[in-house]
Amino acid sequence: MIKVEGLTKRYARNVAVDNISFEVEKGQIVGFLGPNGAGKTTTMRVLTCFLPATDGKAEVAGFDVRSQAMDVKRRVGYLPETPPLYPEMEVREYVEFVGRLKGVPKANLQARVDEVCGRCNVADVKTKLIAKLSKGYRQRVGLASAIIHNPDVLILDEPTAGLDPEQRKETLALIKELAGEHTIILSTHILPEVETICQKVIIISKGKLVATDTMENLNSRLRGSELLEVEVGARTGSINKDSVQSRLSSVAGVSRVEFKDVRNGHLQFHVESQQGESVRAEIARSVVSADWDLLELHGAGLSLEEIFLQLTASDKGAK
Amino acid sequence: MSNIWILCKKELRSYFVSPIAYGLMAFFALICGYFFYAAVAIFVLRSTDPMMMQRGMPMDINEWVIRPLMMNVSVIGLFMIPMITMRLFAEEKKTGTIELLATSPILDIEIIVGKWLAAVLLYLSILGISAVNLAVVFIYGKPDWKPVLVAYLGLLLQGGCLLAIGSFISNCTKNQIIAGAGTFAVCLLLWVLDWVAAYETTTFGKMISYLSVTGHFENFAKGVIDTKDVVYYLSLSFFGLFLTARSMESLRWRA
Ligand SMILES: Nc1ncnc2c1ncn2[C@@H]1O[C@H](COP(=O)(O)OP(=O)(O)OP(=O)(O)O)[C@@H](O)[C@H]1O
Ligand SMILES: [Mg+2]
Repeated sequence: MIKVEGLTKRYARNVAVDNISFEVEKGQIVGFLGPNGAGKTTTMRVLTCFLPATDGKAEVAGFDVRSQAMDVKRRVGYLPETPPLYPEMEVREYVEFVGRLKGVPKANLQARVDEVCGRCNVADVKTKLIAKLSKGYRQRVGLASAIIHNPDVLILDEPTAGLDPEQRKETLALIKELAGEHTIILSTHILPEVETICQKVIIISKGKLVATDTMENLNSRLRGSELLEVEVGARTGSINKDSVQSRLSSVAGVSRVEFKDVRNGHLQFHVESQQGESVRAEIARSVVSADWDLLELHGAGLSLEEIFLQLTASDKGAK
Repeated sequence: MSNIWILCKKELRSYFVSPIAYGLMAFFALICGYFFYAAVAIFVLRSTDPMMMQRGMPMDINEWVIRPLMMNVSVIGLFMIPMITMRLFAEEKKTGTIELLATSPILDIEIIVGKWLAAVLLYLSILGISAVNLAVVFIYGKPDWKPVLVAYLGLLLQGGCLLAIGSFISNCTKNQIIAGAGTFAVCLLLWVLDWVAAYETTTFGKMISYLSVTGHFENFAKGVIDTKDVVYYLSLSFFGLFLTARSMESLRWRA
């Protein structure tokens, strides 16, 4: 449904998006992640034909964003970072206006307006002035108008920003529900959201693609290597941090040991295992045989959040 | 075509829900009423002057009331046009709603023409207030109505071209104040060019005077339609709209 090849976007001097490629299949929900200034909004603007790419190709719903912009625009629903609302309009009027702009046939415009307003839970504020709506309601009005023409592809830039937890859950449920008929790309900073609704994740950082994978692959990657929290204390007398660290590192299957903190005289470490290795028993044995106390040993799990931080941080280190 | 109308309607509506339209109308009614009063006062004074009476020819109301009033209205227009056009694009750029328009399946030119048309219609409805003054003339006198229509046509053409230029300037910035001030500066410049022309007889002087917006209105005020003037206004309108389209395109490239 969406095909991006070698996309590059340069603003006057700085490169906002640097040679990224990815593909999204029909009916998928894709999470588009990256720290601030990574180039998410810029990529979405290229996909919606708002900005032309400096280089590379992008295809949306089978049409090229550069040469067949009109066809793309007809098939894309876009919710920008700040919903593009006219404060002087009433909600119903606004959604209707967007419907007309997007070319919804007059005959079923009213029905569509009622339908999307109901779906996005804005039916109760239909006659309110947009200027008087709260941030969350504005977001939902933006979403309602983005789906008014029943687009094949939905591009949502931080659709849940500024929503309360209840509304966020509802919005996510709505997005998930929409996924059947629409292909959706959504950008967000809130990673648990991605974990719950996305089938695929694209992570970019500083304009570069750092990872693109299905949620399943990422999950198995998470299960593959384990992150353990280990707390070690001295049975008698004091305990040397370095000697514990080197002993833990020498356990077979451990890839990385990181000192975290001292609590009540106990030392806390993060231990990461290698792919597919189970190291808990070995760690316990090794600590106890050195005549230390093993006070805690539990999995911390490698969450999407950590993968995200690792990937985007290692990119920083490389630069 | 229908897209132009969709945008035009939306734009007109936002003019009329904000105080701009009413403020301008009140301002115009006041100023126009004042000039009308002044023109009538002079007319009355002169026509009762024994010297003038001796000539035995009644004073022409078209020449003495309507023409000066129309000339004044054309100058007042220069002050109102920046107020009308300043928000046209600058506001949409500031609030980000331009993103909605630019990602909808409509052409840039439809957006531009729709907005411009709304500005022209608003301008016309403001000018309509001056008809109240003229109605008084028609009730108490017998002026020729054809020159009046021609004068209104001239005002429309002049407004159209300045509004097109204003649209372009509004498209160049996110800041409404800058857009307004810039448009005002250009309107002022196109007006004062005429002053130079009065003293210059060289080719250069003639060229300058040809560029003057108000200079071309004089014929219309007299009730004369000169193709030269019509061509000037129409080509300047097209030029303004063309520049707006180019600026929209180039801003997208630079963004
Ligand atoms: N109009 C612009 N002119 C120049 N540079 C820009 C413009 N818009 C964005 N940039 C730059 O492009 C880069 C990417 O910005 P972008 O808005 O795409 O990031 P983002 O991933 O959406 O960030 P956020 O999470 O904060 O929304 C940034 O370095 C930014 O400074
Ligand atoms: Mg962004």
